[in-house]
Amino acid sequence: MTRTSNSPVTVYVPRDSAARSVGADAVAEAIRRAADARNLPITLVRNGSRGMLWLEPLVEVATPEGRIGYGPVAPSDVADLLAAGFLDGADHPLRLGVVDELPWLARQNRVTFTRVGIIDPISPEDYERHGGLVGLRRALDLPPSDVVAAVTESGLRGRGGAGFPAGIKWKTVLDCADALKFVCCNADEGDSGTFADRMVMEGDPFMLIEGMTIAAHAVGAREGYVYIRSEYPDAVATMRAAIAIARDRHWLGERILGSDLTFDLHVRVGAGAYICGEETSMLESLEGKRGVVRAKPPIPAIEGLFGKPTVVNNVLTLATVPVILADGAKAYQELGVERSRGTQVFQLGGNIAHGGIVETAFGVTLRELIEDYGGGTLSGRPVRTVQVGGPLGAYLPTSQFDLPMDYEAFAAAGAMLGHGGVVVFDDTVDMAAQARFAMEFCAAESCGKCTPCRVGSVRGVEVIDRIVAGEQRDENLALLEDLCELMTDGSLCAMGGLTPMPVRSAVTHFSDDFLTRGEGTA
Amino acid sequence: MTTSVGDVTTEAAVGAIAAAHRGQRGPLLPILHAIQAELGHVPQEAVAILARELNLSRADVHGVVSFYHDFRREPAGRTTVRICRAEACQALGADALVNSARDRTGLALGETRADGSLTVEQVFCLGNCALGPSVEVNGEVLGRMSAERLRSIVDEAVSS
Repeated sequence: MTRTSNSPVTVYVPRDSAARSVGADAVAEAIRRAADARNLPITLVRNGSRGMLWLEPLVEVATPEGRIGYGPVAPSDVADLLAAGFLDGADHPLRLGVVDELPWLARQNRVTFTRVGIIDPISPEDYERHGGLVGLRRALDLPPSDVVAAVTESGLRGRGGAGFPAGIKWKTVLDCADALKFVCCNADEGDSGTFADRMVMEGDPFMLIEGMTIAAHAVGAREGYVYIRSEYPDAVATMRAAIAIARDRHWLGERILGSDLTFDLHVRVGAGAYICGEETSMLESLEGKRGVVRAKPPIPAIEGLFGKPTVVNNVLTLATVPVILADGAKAYQELGVERSRGTQVFQLGGNIAHGGIVETAFGVTLRELIEDYGGGTLSGRPVRTVQVGGPLGAYLPTSQFDLPMDYEAFAAAGAMLGHGGVVVFDDTVDMAAQARFAMEFCAAESCGKCTPCRVGSVRGVEVIDRIVAGEQRDENLALLEDLCELMTDGSLCAMGGLTPMPVRSAVTHFSDDFLTRGEGTA
Repeated sequence: MTTSVGDVTTEAAVGAIAAAHRGQRGPLLPILHAIQAELGHVPQEAVAILARELNLSRADVHGVVSFYHDFRREPAGRTTVRICRAEACQALGADALVNSARDRTGLALGETRADGSLTVEQVFCLGNCALGPSVEVNGEVLGRMSAERLRSIVDEAVSS
């Protein structure tokens, strides 16, 4: 032991639900018990995750050299770690070094995720010490129209998938004369392969509260809702705890931070319907109804929740607003490429060796994400395809891995960036099965309002089954294409409108998988 | 409505929950979540009670209960296993987990054992896409699930 003083050592064990899914709670408990037994004073902080999820549970120890990481730690490693002197940052086979200097993290540009994994998520002191509230204080000194102008100038686009400029949406709401307006955060992050919203809510909830409060000031709203999917109970609990603390500190409620702003925020929990991630369906659900999509127009900015002007933005969009106000629109706008400004939070998942959060300026290529950050597949087999942008996104072949990750480049390639999820598959994937699943998922999750989506998806499953069974293959492939065209053009929202994207991309890039199977395998 | 003891209990519970949430805007979803948290499911009798309490039609309430996957019309088993079948988990063998659970328990997705010990369901994404395949057991998410471990989980549920 080289430690001389008896002051407690700060040990970090993430509370993020991904870390918990691989045993972080048991590790935290084991560390607490072992330290007690040896009379070693420690302060145990349950932080968010750094986003290097393959290293979870990633335990960090505060040392004079910085935070030293060890991972992935199992409860059975704890005695050995303590014996090796990990509370002083000593060497051990699980020692990773100073976490901030790990290349995977150091080469990222963390703007939205700057505090996630660093701070205690529900410590308001930690939040302020690490730059929290600077953006809100600056916003409250500005007239609403200047706040809207700053967001517009930053180039911030909706991170939920559609990429609509946030400032333009806000201006529409600001220009409405209604006394009652709402700010709604769409935290119904249902796309497979995406978990950044969850990690923000679990790892830095005050940032989302601050972003929504700035939005409320900018558009003249007094009431806000965070609609969180029920599959995220940890995010629900953390947001509720943070909102209660924020009310106590006058970060929410009347006369926020001594200003004239009054704004309160409520958490609402979804109920397992994927479609409620579509903004109008989410509004219906918030009103206590079936999550059936509304026709647009009217747009929610003019007639949204309960028919009132409503800002609806994704978690990452709203969470990025504070830093834009704090550091200025220009600093944000200088990042990125073309019309995709700032950073995007990419989420690497599926069959990938090093999955997690990569926040970097737009323009990084898929290959960099999958090979340099991701380290290839977890199975060790060759990558065959990636699906980008969730279940409604295209399956891309390796020949397209040099595409720059920006909204327009992806759209031009018949794909979409969506919410930034990248799901990797190895060469054992059956692309006809993936195409069939896209239709099956749409059939299961369609709200049922429009026929192309409700019926088309069921017919889509049947047609793909016939193609794979070898029944009139060419005719049925033509029929599938016709069906895809109809769903794309005729559906009311992105659910039916984009389901053809994974289907068509699978047929186009992996047509061999749609050849007749051997007898009895269809 | 016939009133047995069970109905009276349901009526009282549902009425109290509705009263506690009535002040919220659009309170039906929070109310249904609270009913399910307390009673384990949303019983049929709750529909008429809520319609009366919230001044909605029975069709409105029924429509909401039936729209959302979360709301159960029947109680679940003592252990509920939800297997993620979304793409990121498919890439790591979610289908093998589904097959393994089915072969072991004889349950198709969405079914509950007759003895009330176990329900097996599908779920589309638990937000644990970098540590799949994922399974949720009584609300706890477990990453990097293997078929073997899942078999021992369902075995334990069935024998308990």
